[in-house]
Amino acid sequence: MIYADNAATTAISEGALKTFIKVNEETWGNPSSLYTFGQKAKEILEGTREDIAKAIGAEFPREIFFTSGGSEADNQAIISAARLGERKGKKHIVSSAFEHHAVLHTLEKLKKEGFEITLVDVHENGLVVPSEVEAAIKEDTCLVTIMYANNEIGTIQPIKEIGEICHKKGVLFHTDAVQAIGHLPINVADENIDMLSASAHKFHGPKGVGFLYVKKGIALTNIIEGGAQERGKRAGTENVAGIAAMGTALKEALDNLDDNAKKLSEKRDRIIKGLKEIEHSAINGDETKRLPSNVNFCFEGIEGESLLLLLDDRGIAASSGSACTSGSLDPSHVLLAIGRVHDVAHGSLRLSIGEDITDEDVEYIIKNVKEVVEYLRSFSPVWRNLVAGKAEFIL
Amino acid sequence: MALYSEKVMDHFRNPRNVGVIEDANGIGEVGNAKCGDIMKMYLKIEDGIIEDVKFETFGCGSAIASSSMATELIKGKPVEDAMKLTNEAVAEALDGLPDYKMHCSVLAEEAIKSALEDYESRKK
Repeated sequence: MIYADNAATTAISEGALKTFIKVNEETWGNPSSLYTFGQKAKEILEGTREDIAKAIGAEFPREIFFTSGGSEADNQAIISAARLGERKGKKHIVSSAFEHHAVLHTLEKLKKEGFEITLVDVHENGLVVPSEVEAAIKEDTCLVTIMYANNEIGTIQPIKEIGEICHKKGVLFHTDAVQAIGHLPINVADENIDMLSASAHKFHGPKGVGFLYVKKGIALTNIIEGGAQERGKRAGTENVAGIAAMGTALKEALDNLDDNAKKLSEKRDRIIKGLKEIEHSAINGDETKRLPSNVNFCFEGIEGESLLLLLDDRGIAASSGSACTSGSLDPSHVLLAIGRVHDVAHGSLRLSIGEDITDEDVEYIIKNVKEVVEYLRSFSPVWRNLVAGKAEFIL
Repeated sequence: MALYSEKVMDHFRNPRNVGVIEDANGIGEVGNAKCGDIMKMYLKIEDGIIEDVKFETFGCGSAIASSSMATELIKGKPVEDAMKLTNEAVAEALDGLPDYKMHCSVLAEEAIKSALEDYESRKK
């Protein structure tokens, strides 16, 4: 199988798995227990906190809060900023139309509470324009939350510039960096980031663990009440083995970041070049300002789920923004946000390649996507109409 | 558990009666590209019997499988039998569809009925 769905999840690395097993075998005590065996687990926890803080340029280890993953981190960051804001009568939040649902649904919840939400345009290229964020900020804005890199189309946002604007205006800035961390160099201090969400399983760590970076001085609101773990801000006995494995995975990812990015970008660009040869297709999102692993296309006249099933038959695991893969009637909100109409958004394909991809894999992917698209078009009434001139090509 | 039954996957991978009938005397098209499903049915009816049926579908795996199965269920049958085809019969013949995919079988039923109505209206 060629696994080309690394934006969905990644394989746990050998090193991270070793850490996970070792901690579970040898240091399974409760970090809150006072005896030596428990304190050893505490040491692992705090050591990892320190490593992660350093890795992302945080000033203090205690600025890292371990969570169950990216969704929890997003929820807690946004809710916390909202609670801080409303105390000062600030109930306006700026975000973008193509955020992850962990962000958008949390914003929806706040909207029902009376918050005002402004979603800035992400344009055809899938990029937020900093000056438009600036223009959206008002007197009562308490938070700007813009994702670091989009999970579907991979576009990388001008985070540093947006952060600078937020700081100039005195507004908190959160970024969902779930797709970016471990794949792009990130420094929270240099990039003016106040809060950042991350998830281990997107960079070869285990599932069910992530973290939230919160700059010192920003008070968090609890999402989970209970014990005094995570300085009282996130209750529940810590997933020590998972957290330690996340630390290992992040270190590995950052140690190899430049090499991986170089290798992946080269493969990505070859796949893009190959798929562009398919007539009436289009790449989604800016061609260069995108994650090294991300390829996303729309193919006119076909539907994405059947494309995925046939690619699966040929040993390629990929994903699509088609409605049929989401269980709803609407295709991906990300594709709609960059202006793709429903008719073509249904025919989308996301390939998110991994570091183990070979030259043969690249050729195999291109050849098979071409064949499957052609096959599905051969009995598509939509394609027939387009070719016969009874309807106008969109792409 | 797999998303679809073996039968659905079989009809999706090897769809029966795919294509166009140039001299069809009943054609029906339902669905729209906005929703992600379009089915087009071509019928060749002689002496009240469906001598040939072909389909074209733009849609997901279950839409293609439902079209394929629907054509199998009516091929060689009298028009009045084909008029009685229900979406449940299509889904059942496929060993079931996931709940949120039942609309694909509805589309198949509607496509057949639309083609039969076209045939009836041409007779007048």
